[in-house]
Amino acid sequence: MKKKESSFINMFLTLAVVTLVASASLGFVFDLTKGPIAKAQLEKQKAAISDVLPGFDNNPIDEAVSFAVANSSQADSLLFYPVKKENELLGYAVKTVSAKGYSGEIWLMVGINQQGEVKNIAVLDHKETPGLGSKISTEKFKNQFEGITSSSSDIKVKKDGGEIDAISGATISSRAVCEAVEKALVTWKENAN
Amino acid sequence: MEKTISSRENFLKGFIRENPVFSLLLGLCPTLGVTSTAINGLGMGLATTFVLLMSNTVIALVKNLIPDKVRIPSFIVIIASFVTIVDLVMAGFLPALHAQLGLFIPLIVVNCIVLGRAEAFASRNTVASSAVDGLGMGLGFAFALTILGTVREVIGSLSIFGWKFMEGDGLLVFVLAPGAFIALGFLIAIVNWYKRMQDKAAIENKKEVAA
Repeated sequence: MKKKESSFINMFLTLAVVTLVASASLGFVFDLTKGPIAKAQLEKQKAAISDVLPGFDNNPIDEAVSFAVANSSQADSLLFYPVKKENELLGYAVKTVSAKGYSGEIWLMVGINQQGEVKNIAVLDHKETPGLGSKISTEKFKNQFEGITSSSSDIKVKKDGGEIDAISGATISSRAVCEAVEKALVTWKENAN
Repeated sequence: MEKTISSRENFLKGFIRENPVFSLLLGLCPTLGVTSTAINGLGMGLATTFVLLMSNTVIALVKNLIPDKVRIPSFIVIIASFVTIVDLVMAGFLPALHAQLGLFIPLIVVNCIVLGRAEAFASRNTVASSAVDGLGMGLGFAFALTILGTVREVIGSLSIFGWKFMEGDGLLVFVLAPGAFIALGFLIAIVNWYKRMQDKAAIENKKEVAA
């Protein structure tokens, strides 16, 4: 087959066809994966909730309530997932976020029991540096937040005079996690208590 | 290409002789960016392999339908479509892997190996040999990224494929960008040395045959 000539009409038609086929196939794949992607997201949140406050038998995602963040300049609100066992409230899993990550937002799930203590945290989504900031999802780092309450004064990294050991090389990411946890606790105190 | 080569050679050339990273020095942005751990390197390499295989095949198929002057934009659209497909499929069906690699997948579009192979190979060869070339080059890229990732992970985090073999923090610089350059420099030197040894051996063999 001979190579097509680079005339205006040929170029125009080729590009039109190429982009059309590309967008059609992308639309098709998007449609195909939309369901599974939404399901995977939901599964991830459920898994995170049972990570931070295990042993529930309700469906926290359906019962989520939104509370405004206390003393925040913007209109900001966090989602609270009530975690119940046999209709008794065990606590709330709070989906919280910090915009102060090294590269973009860090989304966390923070489990707070009825005494206002953090049980555990789980990292939902982040864009931190792989190998450095991404270590915020390691047990060693996350476990430091266990038992922290809203009345603990210093949810800060040691460098800032707090109690949390920052990840070496990723102080900014560590700070952002502290901020997000504090935000969850403050909002919990204002609303759920 | 003037000279015909066997498909075995065509496939194997991507590993050392024409390895995209070690010999052609192409696609260094993702190479330096993602290889802080071995797993990341391997995953990125395999995702790139898929894109290379698909884009090489499709471009070899349609090469005669695309006028020369608009070939680059057409190739880029084809490549970008495959990358987006990989991204969506991974997010839907392999969410765990996507959580690890999601940050890097869109980077494949700007990986010059993919466009480079489309331009240098697929646009002037048959569909079958282009597919073999894409697969070989992709696996060669994955191979290079995995080695580099392993070296950096071992020195920088004292672990290998996520398994920690020693307590402690390691040499942090190897996880950061400078370590990528240092490790890559040493690896390229080793590959160059190996290629020179091979060339020498080949010349001596020829001499012996002649004598």
